Formats: sequence, C-alpha cells, structure tokens
Amino acid sequence: MTATQAKTGEATPGTKVMTLLEAITDAMRTEMRNDDRVVVFGEDVGKKGGVFGTTMGLQDEFGEQRCFDTPLSECGIIGAGVGMAVYGMRPITEIQFLDFIYPAFDQIVSEAAKMRYRSGGEYTCPMVIRSPYGGGIRGGHYHSQSSEAYFCHTPGLKVVIPSTPADAKGLLISAIRDEDPVMFLEPKALYRHAKGEVPLGEHVVPIGKARIAREGTDVTLLCYGAMVPVCEQAAKEAEAMGRSVEIVDLRTLVPLDEATVLESVKKTGRCVVVYEAPKTCGYGAELSALIAEKCIEYLEGPIVRVAGFDTPFPYTLEHLYMPDGKRVLAGIEKTFVW
Amino acid sequence: MTLELVSILDKDGKAQKGKDPNLSAEQLKKLYRLMVATRQLDDRGLALQRQGRIGFYLQSTGQEASHLGAAFALADSDWLFPAYRQPGILLLREIPLQKVVSEWFGNSGDTSKGRQMPVHYSFREANFVSISSPIGTQLTQAAGAGMAAKIRGDDTVFMTFCGDGGTSSNDFHTGLNFAAVYKAPVVFICENNGWAISVPSGKQTASESMAIKAEAYGMPGVRVDGNDILAVYRVCKEAVERARRGEGPTLVETVTYRIASHSSSDDAARYRDAKEFEAWKKKDPIARFQQYLKHKKLWNEAFETECVEGAKAEIAAAVKAAEALPNPGPETLFDDVYMNLTPQLKEQRQQLHDLMEKGGVGAEVGFFPL
Repeated sequence: MTATQAKTGEATPGTKVMTLLEAITDAMRTEMRNDDRVVVFGEDVGKKGGVFGTTMGLQDEFGEQRCFDTPLSECGIIGAGVGMAVYGMRPITEIQFLDFIYPAFDQIVSEAAKMRYRSGGEYTCPMVIRSPYGGGIRGGHYHSQSSEAYFCHTPGLKVVIPSTPADAKGLLISAIRDEDPVMFLEPKALYRHAKGEVPLGEHVVPIGKARIAREGTDVTLLCYGAMVPVCEQAAKEAEAMGRSVEIVDLRTLVPLDEATVLESVKKTGRCVVVYEAPKTCGYGAELSALIAEKCIEYLEGPIVRVAGFDTPFPYTLEHLYMPDGKRVLAGIEKTFVW
Repeated sequence: MTLELVSILDKDGKAQKGKDPNLSAEQLKKLYRLMVATRQLDDRGLALQRQGRIGFYLQSTGQEASHLGAAFALADSDWLFPAYRQPGILLLREIPLQKVVSEWFGNSGDTSKGRQMPVHYSFREANFVSISSPIGTQLTQAAGAGMAAKIRGDDTVFMTFCGDGGTSSNDFHTGLNFAAVYKAPVVFICENNGWAISVPSGKQTASESMAIKAEAYGMPGVRVDGNDILAVYRVCKEAVERARRGEGPTLVETVTYRIASHSSSDDAARYRDAKEFEAWKKKDPIARFQQYLKHKKLWNEAFETECVEGAKAEIAAAVKAAEALPNPGPETLFDDVYMNLTPQLKEQRQQLHDLMEKGGVGAEVGFFPL
C-alpha cells in the first residue's frame, strides 16, 4: 500500500483493505464458492453470523444446508465434523471460544488427529477447527485462554495462527484445502485491530512457512498471533535504544518452519520467545528446547521466554498478565545482560 | 411407560405367527453360517491370545444375532461406524479372513499397518469405519456422516453401535441429539450385553431401559431380544427403511448378554454371578436359530458340519497365512500421521534409521499382554 492509498483508504488493484475478521469471512466465502463440499457450522454461525461476525452473510449466500447453527455442544460440533470429513465433505467447524473446546477434546485428539494413522491411511479427516483464542478483550477465564500447546502436542493435527489479514485469508484457504485436520486459531484481539490489504479471490499462504515480520541483526523475537504487534511495538522501542530486532511470525506452529527460526537465531545469536499462554510447557518451551538443541553454539545469551503467568487467566488484572511491549523489552535486555 | 421387548422366536426356536420376516432359505442359511463362523473366529482369536501368539483379544460370543441381524438389514453401500464387538459384520461384508486375522497380528497384511490393538478394524472396502477404543465417539461421527449424506442428497444409511456402557458417554447424548435435530439417516444400535467390563447395566442408568432414552431425543426407541436374530433383523430393517425415507434416526436396544469376559485381560468370574451366566448360556442365539432352521427343514447334521468345519478350515488357513507375514517395516512408523511427512517426522525417521543401522535399537521387540 502506498502512503496515498493508506491515506485515502484506497487499496492496490486486486486487493481490498480488510480487517483480520473480514479476511476470515472472505476466505470461507471464497472456498465455499470453489468447492461445494465445504460447509460451515457451529453455535450461532447461521442467521447471527457468529458472535464476532466471522460467518456474516454466509448463510444468506449459501443457504442453511451449508452454513448452519448446531445444538450447543462442542463435542457434537467436532464429532459431527469428523463424521462428515470421513464421509468426504470439507467441514469448517467453529468453536465459539477456544476456552469452550474442552468437551470436544476427545473428538479432536482421539478421533480427528488419529483417523488417518489408525486406519492405515484408509480414512482421513480433512476438517478445519476454527476458534478465536487469546486475551485482550477483558473476557476473564473463559473467553481469553491460549491453549494451543495442547493441540501442538497431538500428532496428526496441524496448528495455524495468523497475525495479519492477508495471512488469515491465505492460511485459512490452505487449511480448508488441507487433507488433514487443521486447528485454525484466530487472535480475537486482532479481529478488528489488524487491518491490511488482502488479495481478492484466490489467495493461498502455505501452511508450514514462517514470515520474517521485521528484519534485524541483534536479537530474534519468535512470536505468533496477537503477540506479533506486541513484538513490533517492542522492536521499535528497542531500535531507539540501539538494538536491531528481527521478528519471526511463525504463522504455523505445527508443522513448524524450523529452518526459518534457526536461520534467524543463528544470525542474531539471541532469542526471545513471546507467547501469551501460561509459561510452563507452553509452545515457547518447545521453541526454547529446539534452539538449545540445534543452535546453542550460536547463542550469545540465554534464551528468554516472555509469556503469560502460570495462573488462570485474570479479569481485572488482565493487563498485568498479558505480555506487553515493556515485558518484551525487558526480555530483550536479558539476552544482552544476564 | 414401558417398552415391550420385541421377539419373534420363542425359546424353542418357533416363530410367532405373523411376525416372521420370511427371509428366503438361502438368506436364512447364510445368516446361520455367518453366526457359526463368527463364533469360530472368536474362539480362535482367544486361543491365539492364550497361546501368546497375539497380544489381546475381545470376544463377541453370545452377541452374534445382535450385530449380524442388525447389519443384515443394510444395503452393501450403507456405512458402519462400529464399536468393538461386531466382528460378524466383517464376514457378512466378505472381508478376506486373512486381512481380519492380520489385524490381530498387527502385521504387514493389516490394513491399519499394525497401528492398533487387535480387533480395532478398519475396512474402507466395506464402508466399515476405523474403530477406536474411547467409548461412544463413533455415535456422533455417524450423526455427522448422516448429516453430510443428507446435504449431498445421497441415500446412504449409517449404522452405529455402542454397548450399555456407551449410553453413559457424552457422545451417546450428543450423537442421538444431533442425528434427531437434523433428521439424519442413522440407526443407533445399543447392544445391551449386561456388562461394561465389571459394571452391570443397572449401574449405568436409572432409566428402565436404554431404548426408552430415545423418547427424550425425539426419535423412536425399540427394545428387541438381541438373541433372536429374526427379531433384530426385522426391527433394524424397519429402522433402516425409515432412515432411507428421510424420516430420521432410530435407537434400537438389543437385549443380549456378554457370554465371555470383557477381553482376554479380564476374568468375569471375579465379579459375575454364575447363575446369571448359566441362565443366559441357555439362551444361546445360535442354538435358538438352529432350532428355527430345523423346524423349516433347513438344518441337518451335514449342514452343521459343513458350517463348523468349513469355518474352522478357512480360519486356520487365514491364521497360517497371516502369521507368516512380516511386521510392517520400521519406516511405516512415520507414515499416515499426515498425508505427507513433515520436516520433523522426516528428521525423526532418519534418526531412528541411523540408530538401527548402528545396531541395538529395535532388536528386541516384545509386547506385554494387557
């Protein structure tokens, strides 16, 4: 986008400025037009268009057979999705908040994730499990959690988390086309805050490829989803203090783009892992172990984790729980002075 | 409100007037042959486990009428989301025995590539969906598949099974509820065999039956004598036709008994009353159906010998051939997690390969009977 375009709100031809939320809707609309095996269902996704509005207009365009409300049961949404996928459809299931996914855990980890393996490849489960995750909306315990690590720990699932509107569209289309079950976790804090140009129509971003969100030479920040803009903020402040910061937006947690991660850390020799889930056994723990295992000889300082605390997600003190620019900055400093 | 127990055959194998589904002589003999073969297969499976040749086995003895009668009501193109006590359906759908037995050995002839414990079959060729151990999960999946068929305008019917224990699972409620709300073409079979491992069915529910639960979901519930193959067939045939007509799901409770222990790892004598067991043994579904065939002059000693010995010989040949097959290759450990190997899986495969090349790793392959 040029400066003028940004000012006038005009987009580059063939693109449109969208919020991350609109990009998600656009991805589903695009694939529903492309492939009649694609159906969308969950709680309140029909007439209402979803509690956040991600399915707005889909029932009007595609009818009640292809975009519909379900009874209030996460286990039912996912279990029915598994059956549909096994039978040959391409279901997109929506779990209203990631915090509510636990009744469906059995269907996700014991069924969707294992169908291909346990049947020797005879039956497969190409489905998408979409769910908004993360804090920043004053949602308390049950509308704020980041439980991606549970799913990353389950072989057979892919786990994708976008941070920009263009990535949200491109990655969701890839997820819908993927032959395996994909957890597509949406940073709800960015639904309306992240805006950017999104290609119209066909737009694919491959699963398994990270993005260098900012180039730098002194320290690498590894992050995903809603922590990407937090890291960008911290990087600007660090820059002013003379630290050149590189940011890797992972985009896909499973399968991780190890090559991009390792290359960046080898280049900078320093690394801060940023995630909003509770610190212990979070996805950042895996990243830390990976770096220690594969490029410890390049490190000039400790691997530092900046994460949520090991507490349930708080309501009033949410701003103290969530990693912010200041905490990321402090993390950056720890890699230089320890 | 009490549901009557539907039955056709009396204890002497006589059909009640006007209720006989009037299957042809050929169909009746086929059903009998399948029941006998299923029992033989079960005996052989347990024997192999006791001999230490396979790691585990789970019998269906006493439930042959229940699952064969049900599945016989389906068209070949219909789908099954089974539980783990319906092996007769594999024979009904003509899965080569060697493939069935290879699954017990978990060898390279197993369609599941040795990935699961014995009796967790998957046969795409028969629309027999991969079995998992968690109880009840298949019920919701069958509802979803039924919803999918309805969206696509297919006339496929989906039959899914659980036990009495399965009625306590989350997925029993969810599966029945979803199927009913969307009027999905699903037939739910609850094989009430009296026991969920060591817990009697009376401790699973305070309802007077399992079938009565259908009422709450807004679908018909039928309680049928599960040791009466003609009654099970007739009830299920009606349910399948109803589903195919677009009138939605049915819950069928087949009242039967688990003659064997839960599995090769269990000893039912430790918790089950011998009198109850003996009483049910007298209600053997195969003996009862045999009486019926006798009355119809479709059974004689020669036919019995042919059924029993024929099954034994086929099973023996299948066991011999399956046992000779090698294990799946070590590289297959990493296949089918995803359609394509991820970089991480490629690396781990290489690591295992390199360690095996050096020797030592993987040399000693043993298993612990559960």
